[in-house]
Amino acid sequence: MQNALQIVYLIPLLPLIGFLINGLGRKYLPKPVIGVVGSGVILASFILSVWVFMQVKGMPVPYIASYFNFISVGDLKIPFAFQVDQLSSLFLLIITGVGFLIHVYSTSYMHEEKAEHFGRYFSYLNLFIFFMLLLVMGANYVIMFIGWEGVGLCSYLLIGYWFKKTEYNKAANKAFIMNRIGDLAFLIAIFWIISRVGNVNFSDVFAVANGEVEFRKFSATDITVITLLLFIGATGKSAQIPLYTWLPDAMAGPTPVSALIHAATMVTAGIYMIARSNVLYSMSHITMDIVAYTGLATALLAATIALKQNDIKKVLAYSTVSQLGFMFLALGTGAYVAAVFHVMTHAFFKALLFLGSGSVIHAMSGEQDIRNMGGLSKKLKITFWTFVIGCIAIAGIPPFSGFFSKDAILLSAFVKSPLLYGVALFTALLTAFYMFRLLFITFTGTFRGTHEQAHHLHESPAGMTLPLIILAILSIIGGFVGVPEVFMHGGDRLGQFLAPVIKPNEMHHVSHSTEYLLMGLSTALVLVMIAAAWFKFRNYQRKEETGFGKVLENKWYVDELYDKIIVQPLHQLGGFFKSVFEVSVIDTLVNGVGKAVNYGSRQLRLLQSGQVGSYVLLMVLSMIVIFAVQFFIRK
Amino acid sequence: MPINNYILLSIALFCIGIVGVLTRRNAIIIFMCIELMLNAVNLLLVAFSKMHARAALLAGDVNGTAGTDGQLFVFFIMVVAAAEVSVGLAIIVMMYRNIHSVDVNFLNRLKH
Repeated sequence: MQNALQIVYLIPLLPLIGFLINGLGRKYLPKPVIGVVGSGVILASFILSVWVFMQVKGMPVPYIASYFNFISVGDLKIPFAFQVDQLSSLFLLIITGVGFLIHVYSTSYMHEEKAEHFGRYFSYLNLFIFFMLLLVMGANYVIMFIGWEGVGLCSYLLIGYWFKKTEYNKAANKAFIMNRIGDLAFLIAIFWIISRVGNVNFSDVFAVANGEVEFRKFSATDITVITLLLFIGATGKSAQIPLYTWLPDAMAGPTPVSALIHAATMVTAGIYMIARSNVLYSMSHITMDIVAYTGLATALLAATIALKQNDIKKVLAYSTVSQLGFMFLALGTGAYVAAVFHVMTHAFFKALLFLGSGSVIHAMSGEQDIRNMGGLSKKLKITFWTFVIGCIAIAGIPPFSGFFSKDAILLSAFVKSPLLYGVALFTALLTAFYMFRLLFITFTGTFRGTHEQAHHLHESPAGMTLPLIILAILSIIGGFVGVPEVFMHGGDRLGQFLAPVIKPNEMHHVSHSTEYLLMGLSTALVLVMIAAAWFKFRNYQRKEETGFGKVLENKWYVDELYDKIIVQPLHQLGGFFKSVFEVSVIDTLVNGVGKAVNYGSRQLRLLQSGQVGSYVLLMVLSMIVIFAVQFFIRK
Repeated sequence: MPINNYILLSIALFCIGIVGVLTRRNAIIIFMCIELMLNAVNLLLVAFSKMHARAALLAGDVNGTAGTDGQLFVFFIMVVAAAEVSVGLAIIVMMYRNIHSVDVNFLNRLKH
């Protein structure tokens, strides 16, 4: 076969087959088979994705593979179709590539699970990859929505993977419910689009938006409302204010899940969706501003919370929320390519950091509190060095990948307004500070855990360190696909690659010297921050937080606030309905029907006397009545 | 003879039948009243049939078959009534054998 695009359906189909094999055979298959099947299908998808990636390079129009009509009602036809273009093929690579590494890592990380649960885990993971691929490959909003819901489901299943713990189930519920709020907005946006365009294919929607179709067009209000609704959908999935609180709680799932779903792929679905709809977003300045400021506020808020967290995964979770905020800032300032670029580099270094934290947790026999760690660098050499690389990458020191993507975002923020730039830069500095705080508390100083833990400390097996090394290499070199123009003419290869999908924006009015100055400034300040973290946390001693630190440690009390203003009133309303409304209204109504029937039948029973004479009398009387009635009506 | 007289006679017979069924308790008398009602209807059918035939004759009916279907109905009713009588009397005989009475008010087992 010459053309990979003809078999593009295999890319999502293979993980689905893996899901079926692992899911149905989890009680019969031995663990090595499950691991090989689970990882193998993803590897096969990855190879196909690479092939597809080669083919789409420089392709001017998207390749659309339509298989059958998914919905056909009246004039509305929604095909089950895949769209392969530069944007989706890039996401295919990220999802299957990082996904494969995390599958391999999982075979080691989860090896203590029973075979049955091991199979369940891998089937969920494969199902997740399937839905994620559906999400990025869908050629219309409905297929995207199927994937969107599917990844939410898998996220729920995997957060609650250890379902015997009530807290974990609560975290899973929280994630699911928060996501549903966003999903509802997404769904309304789809209906809105259908009412204006008549179908939901990306190509048709964008054609209408560009005014290329007669008789159908969007008004300014339509555009604003649709983009805002889509954005609300994105805030749910991508953990932005106000729907971000589920993501830190989602760390209840196994660590590889946090790495794959809650850092590298699923949470970037919102960014993918907005980047995909860039035509619509570029037409609404109001939405763009809202996106930018929401992203910035989320980035700042999450970064401040991350400063004082003591759970290794919570720090990374808030860091993820903060980085996602950066991506939304990029989207809001029109730098779609920078956002996609940051999705990619973030997938590398955040997956690396999460897997590294998984390695640490593994070594510490399940301990997640960094106050009980310290001095781990001596025992966990590979984990330590890869973690360092991850921290440098996320902090944004050249030439690591995070520098290039974050610099692109900061630059676009600077072009939009210096205020945005200032806050974004401050957030970036906080990022460097809390990441290195985490690094130093965990890996340097003296060991603060129990004697037994110290005895058990060991480097993780090759199945876990190998993905770490590969991701570390990607974190180092991943940024070179988007080198800014000032360093190298034509260096922004990612932007050129994505040009058919995302029109290059023309707003770079910044002189080269300014650009150098901005880069130098951010790099220098980041280095200062790292030094500050080094002096402060090199020999960390446990102490209670006071004052403002306590507010940050308690996440600005946002969870408590939500509990007070939403959850508890809802509970009270529910209590009211349960104890008052149900008893007095519903019960009365339902019991009343029963009582009325009972009473009525008791009365009617008297008619059945068994006396033939009375029956005949009744018959005659009623016939007389009928005749009389008919007689008068005829008149 | 005008048709009215027949109609009035039929109504009278029918009403006597109804009243008999409603007021009497003896099964045999109820039975007779039912027969009375049936025959009231028969009388009416024959009367209408004759009236119809005469009207058709005046209008120039060649075959002279108009109204015969009414008389056919009468025969049907007679046959049915005969069958009914045989079954009904058998029931009454059985009833008498069982409860030594032909009072229908004892027959209230339908209630249960």
